[in-house]
Amino acid sequence: MSQQDLHALGVAELAARLAAGSVSSVEVTQHFLSRIQQHNSLGAFLATNPDASLAQARAADARLAAGERTPLLGVPLAHKDVFVTRDFPTTAGSRMLENYRSPFDATVVRQLGSAGMVTLGKLNCDEFAMGSGNENSAYQPVQNPWDSSRVPGGSSGGSAAAVAARLVPAATGTDTGGSIRQPASLTGITGIKPTYGRCSRYGMVAFASSLDQAGPMARSALDCALLLSAMAGPDLDRDSTSLDLPAVDYATDLIAASAQQTGTKPLKGLRIGLPTQFFGAGCAPDVLAAVRGALAEFEKLGATLVDVSLPLTELSIPVYYVIAPAEASSNLSRFDGVRYGHRAAHYTDLTDMYKKSRSEGFGDEATRRIMIGTYVLSHGYYDAYYLKAQKIRRLIAQDFQTAFTQCDVIAGPVSPTVAWKIGEKSADPVASYLADIYTLSSSLAGLPGMSVPAGFGAGGLPVGLQLIGNYFKEAQLLGAAHQFQLATDWHQKAPGTAT
Amino acid sequence: MSNTTKSLLVHGYEVVIGFETHTQLTTQSKLFSRAPVAFGAEPNTQASAVDFALPGALPVMNKGAVQRAIEFGLAVNAHIAEKSIFARKNYFYPDLPKGYQISQFEIPVVQGGVVEFFLDGEKKSVRLVRAHLEEDAGKSLHEDFIGMSGIDLNRAGTPLLEIVTEPDMRSTAEAVAYAKELHKIVTWIGICDGNMQEGSFRCDANVSVRKPGAPLGTRREIKNLNSFKFMQQAMDYEVRWQIEQIEDGHAIQQATVLFDPDTGETRSMRSKEDAADYRYFPDPDLPPLVIGRDWVERTRAEMSELPRVMAARFVADYGLSEYDAGQLTQSKAVAAYFEAVAAASKQPKLASNWVMGELSRRLNTEEKSIDASSVSAGQLASLISRIADGTISNNAARQVFDALWNGEGQDVDALIEAKGLKQMSDTSELEKIIDEVLAANAKNVEEVRTGNAKAFNALVGQAMKASKGKANPAQVNTLLKQKLA
Repeated sequence: MSQQDLHALGVAELAARLAAGSVSSVEVTQHFLSRIQQHNSLGAFLATNPDASLAQARAADARLAAGERTPLLGVPLAHKDVFVTRDFPTTAGSRMLENYRSPFDATVVRQLGSAGMVTLGKLNCDEFAMGSGNENSAYQPVQNPWDSSRVPGGSSGGSAAAVAARLVPAATGTDTGGSIRQPASLTGITGIKPTYGRCSRYGMVAFASSLDQAGPMARSALDCALLLSAMAGPDLDRDSTSLDLPAVDYATDLIAASAQQTGTKPLKGLRIGLPTQFFGAGCAPDVLAAVRGALAEFEKLGATLVDVSLPLTELSIPVYYVIAPAEASSNLSRFDGVRYGHRAAHYTDLTDMYKKSRSEGFGDEATRRIMIGTYVLSHGYYDAYYLKAQKIRRLIAQDFQTAFTQCDVIAGPVSPTVAWKIGEKSADPVASYLADIYTLSSSLAGLPGMSVPAGFGAGGLPVGLQLIGNYFKEAQLLGAAHQFQLATDWHQKAPGTAT
Repeated sequence: MSNTTKSLLVHGYEVVIGFETHTQLTTQSKLFSRAPVAFGAEPNTQASAVDFALPGALPVMNKGAVQRAIEFGLAVNAHIAEKSIFARKNYFYPDLPKGYQISQFEIPVVQGGVVEFFLDGEKKSVRLVRAHLEEDAGKSLHEDFIGMSGIDLNRAGTPLLEIVTEPDMRSTAEAVAYAKELHKIVTWIGICDGNMQEGSFRCDANVSVRKPGAPLGTRREIKNLNSFKFMQQAMDYEVRWQIEQIEDGHAIQQATVLFDPDTGETRSMRSKEDAADYRYFPDPDLPPLVIGRDWVERTRAEMSELPRVMAARFVADYGLSEYDAGQLTQSKAVAAYFEAVAAASKQPKLASNWVMGELSRRLNTEEKSIDASSVSAGQLASLISRIADGTISNNAARQVFDALWNGEGQDVDALIEAKGLKQMSDTSELEKIIDEVLAANAKNVEEVRTGNAKAFNALVGQAMKASKGKANPAQVNTLLKQKLA
């Protein structure tokens, strides 16, 4: 392979070449940096810092030269712009934080850096991770690499587009109500949202604290497993909601499975639950067809399909759109123009400064959610909205536990449609809220979920299969997805722009 | 209604007071960050990413603060919640960096409890509603910034325990006595340094008045009372003001007021109409605070003796009155001093009298704490032993105490010797003096025999005078009685 094709390689393949010494981290880094520059019009990146990236690459090369052979050493990636970074500005896609520079790295950034990964830059996203089309970025929309007139999904739209267009081998994302899984589905890549608390939230610009969770986005389950092994783990001194469970090596079992190459049914005994509510009329036929095709493949691999029920699925939309804005309205209060971030140029007094700075700094969707959140927490409305939503949230989590008595993993579509046209839903926020229906319930329950490329729908646009596991069962999800990817090549399909 | 309560009426009104006290806990670092909490540092040097509320920063509970909350709960016989919840109190202010304060709202860590104390010899008890953990805000600095304000976030995130009472107090004096007792408890158990000037112990008083038997009146809250003197002045003013308003036909409006020590008046800061909707909700960054029974029991076992327990022991073991025992347990230092004197002298009652009498007087006059006493517990114990064994009289002992205090000497016996204060213990010498007195006062002797007690006392006085004060008065009494029998 020539140096010109390095972007065709995923994380595991690049790591192998770096370990073999056939390419240096500096060369890999330079190659991806030039691709990022060439594909600037995609809108995926908000910031690069070649000097910092190359310094990290040189450090990785020195570690390689010293004989270190760790799974991610020297491999580049980029971070969603809600992870704070010392070497790059962090905007969270908002004017409010234009040019903001954090004095510290997020735990996830620090851990991936310690593992030897090179940061190529910061990736565009919906403002404060609020959105499902990446159209709420204050800076620019992101194009879907499969069709530049369409959205890449959101809120981790920059991450998804960059991975799909082969501008990076992998990226970090965050998922509050589907923000890793949905853009992964709409761009034909693999992404996993771990159990809530599995990855530290320290250094993630908070949207909805009880839901936010970091995860990897890459081209395969194996690459996700490699990244997640470095990202996950307890961070009790910095994040009180971090799970007190040791870091897990998710990749070794997958690599062993690849080597076996047996003709047996590797997923024999795996019961896949199909919630009837995920396969109703609300889902577009092309999406359903691709999902059913993928499920048929799982059956060939030995899995059995069982019908299950998640009766409160529809309620997950109002519940989520009460709880997430409630938390967001409070989390975004710190953006007041006093200590950092946008401050209005002219104001008459303190209240005026708050009003102008915040009105100018926040975009429409952030403003809308602050207002909804403020409303549902207000005296006289709290019980009817916030408290009731919390009660239903617990019931939704119970429904999943009931379902998991009948199955090991739950499967269904990620998004009811393939990627839509940029601007198509921007006038109707509720329409885009409704499109979150298949991802919200597992987020509310705190369960791990992933999106696996499952084929293509109308217009040749990618469709993802969602797999939802029980708590802490990331390894099971990744294992099932990996077997599927050993048997299929949907995840290897790249858009024309990626060549 | 009891007579006691009736006698407390002010112009026919009953005073009702409840307290909210913010005690700053003695942790090294903040409630949710590792930044230090030392007082008086350069602005913004004791604040971390968490205290500045930088994007991505998250709170992590300081267990030391929880430990102190448990200790307080045990000290006031309260229930320690096995599970309590941190909540966000949302409002905008420049010295509140997150735009919300982390506090406890619906389920506080300490629930119930009681504070007991004496007021004019009468036992009082004030019920606590709760005590909850919360973080302090920073400070806005309006001086030195022309047309602008400075923000100092050193104090932001400092751990506070807010202690809330029922409206149980019926006079301003009772309220001040409660505050003093609470101050004693928190400093005794060491969860608060009690420094009121530095704001470590800040009281808010909710004051209302009503006609006896009427429902509770509308209260006004006097904020940030940081000295016992101002507390008394502020509440007295407020009570007078409220009664005048009512007498003039004005209804009291619920309000928050500040006391101005310069004018001696309270003035309204904001009325109820301005009250913010704080939109409390459980903080999703912090899991419920879970305190296992083992933690509570371990704390109970490790806590030093509480003042009320110690006072009860003084009553039982030393035969002191409840009042005296209460006085001696005003502070750990006083109690320790007393116990040292009592143990070394084996004279607890004398020790109690001297510590609360002569020693307290001198300390108060010179505004010294007992730790800085010029007379050590050992010296006072020696002195008391010399009174008890009859070596010196009480009057002579006072002279020795003065000499010790003024640094004329260190050794009690040497001072007694040097000053010639030793009582006459030689009976034959004393008998000689008494015989001389009897011989020289024949008229008095006659009167004593006819039953005149005054005449007897005159003879005692003559004998004491003749001994130059060195005779033991009790011995003189005995000998005289023998000889006149």
